[in-house]
Amino acid sequence: MTTRAPVRSIAALGMATVGIAATAAACAGPQSAPAPSSSPSGASGEITVFAASSLTSVFSTLSEQFDETYPGTDVHFSFAGSTDLVAQLTQGAPADVFAAADETSMAAAVDTGLITGVPAVFAANTLTIVTRPGNPRGIRAFADLARPGVSVVLCAPQVPCGAAGVKLQELTGVTITPASEESSVVGVLGKVLSGEADAGLVYATDAEAAGGKVTVVAIPESGSATNRYPIALLADSRNPDLAERFVELVTGPAGRRICADAGFAVP
Amino acid sequence: MRPGLRADRRVAPGLPAWIYLPALAGTALVVIPLAAILLRIDWAHFIPLISSEASRAALLLSVKTATASTALCVLLGVPMALILARGTFPGLRLVRSLVLLPLVLPPVVGGIALLYAFGRYGLLGRYLEAFDIRIAFTTTAVVLAQTFVSLPFLVVSFEGALRSSGNQYESVAATLGGRPSTVLRTVTLPLVLPGLLSGAVLAFARSLGEFGATLTFAGSLQGVTRTLPLEIYLQRETDPEAAIALSLLLILVAAAIVIASASRRLAGPVRQSR
Repeated sequence: MTTRAPVRSIAALGMATVGIAATAAACAGPQSAPAPSSSPSGASGEITVFAASSLTSVFSTLSEQFDETYPGTDVHFSFAGSTDLVAQLTQGAPADVFAAADETSMAAAVDTGLITGVPAVFAANTLTIVTRPGNPRGIRAFADLARPGVSVVLCAPQVPCGAAGVKLQELTGVTITPASEESSVVGVLGKVLSGEADAGLVYATDAEAAGGKVTVVAIPESGSATNRYPIALLADSRNPDLAERFVELVTGPAGRRICADAGFAVP
Repeated sequence: MRPGLRADRRVAPGLPAWIYLPALAGTALVVIPLAAILLRIDWAHFIPLISSEASRAALLLSVKTATASTALCVLLGVPMALILARGTFPGLRLVRSLVLLPLVLPPVVGGIALLYAFGRYGLLGRYLEAFDIRIAFTTTAVVLAQTFVSLPFLVVSFEGALRSSGNQYESVAATLGGRPSTVLRTVTLPLVLPGLLSGAVLAFARSLGEFGATLTFAGSLQGVTRTLPLEIYLQRETDPEAAIALSLLLILVAAAIVIASASRRLAGPVRQSR
């Protein structure tokens, strides 16, 4: 008997949460204009979106737009490395939408049966060189990164940004000897921002986000080493209707505009 | 002896039964994840997984840097602990809190702090740069990061040993005309040698597991700055099996260290009570 008590109280807590959520939804209704007309059947409740770290700012902007279009709904985000997200999803993390920074991660998710439907590519990211403000080492082209005495930081080949870097080196025949191989773009950018490294290879969107704190040197050859970003619905989604609408927003005109503003290439 | 023992039995009321429930839950919280990793190991490929070139380079680097930083901890930490335990000067408590700060600081914060001290444009780093000495991205940076996080472990455990051993013997030695250096060498240090050893073991273990400060301050390059925890973090991206195998390796090393120091700690009181 005593063992049953906690179970009952957890159930009660669950009921209470549902109650609060319902009240909150009811409160939000009248406040925010003609909600029911703009959100037909199914466009209510909440969804969880698992997205690559490089999508953080884009998706945060998009979620504001989503809130305006579908008032009373809630979008929760979990931003992390694409491979980490696949691992979490495989272990049963509850989510409705998955957006990856590369097609390899998405393929892994498809292979393990996590995805329903066909993933859609909504953005692409290319590599670019970032240097300290003013480019004191005079880096003009990709080949300059191989110059002796220039301290360059790359992503490790094991992660998507590093894989793209390897591809670019193969394509151009330039061999870079890095001072460090970081496990994320954030690590590379950090080493350049702090001045430890003279230059680093990051995504165009990260360079854009860093603003004036780095100088960007474009790589004309980088178009051939592009990472494509696919988005897909998860098979275990508890709110597939709302999830579908979020995917529509991302792949639609608004999504493309916001992605382009952030430095992404859009298909 | 006998009456004392009986008295003990009469005084000790035993533990309330309910206390075993949360204690059991706590033990399960620690043991279950470790057991889970054991069950996930691909035993057929365990040896090839941990003996790949990258893994061996990481293990070798970890052992080398942890040894170097432990030596540095002993060299710097022993005098610090001696002063904290025996010294008398104003602001001693403040100094102690400052020295022990890395104990509660997230390692990433330690890494950032080191960067702004020893980095190219850091407080000291900019002067080193003038002499063409660069610390970032070198093995020295790894040792520095490990020493930064491990030093308080050695200081706090050695200071504890010094305090619990008391200073009666030292006073006697001093009364008999022993000079401070002689007393330190022939009386104090031999008395607290076990405490120093367990402090060093603790510092070594902490250095071996250092991750955040190393990643932030030293970078990650095979054979130079990529220690075992950094290698595990990276392997996880592409080869989770290898990451799990390497994790087990670290768990085994940690277990060996804990068991070695625990058995010594257990041996102490038993000998005393007999």
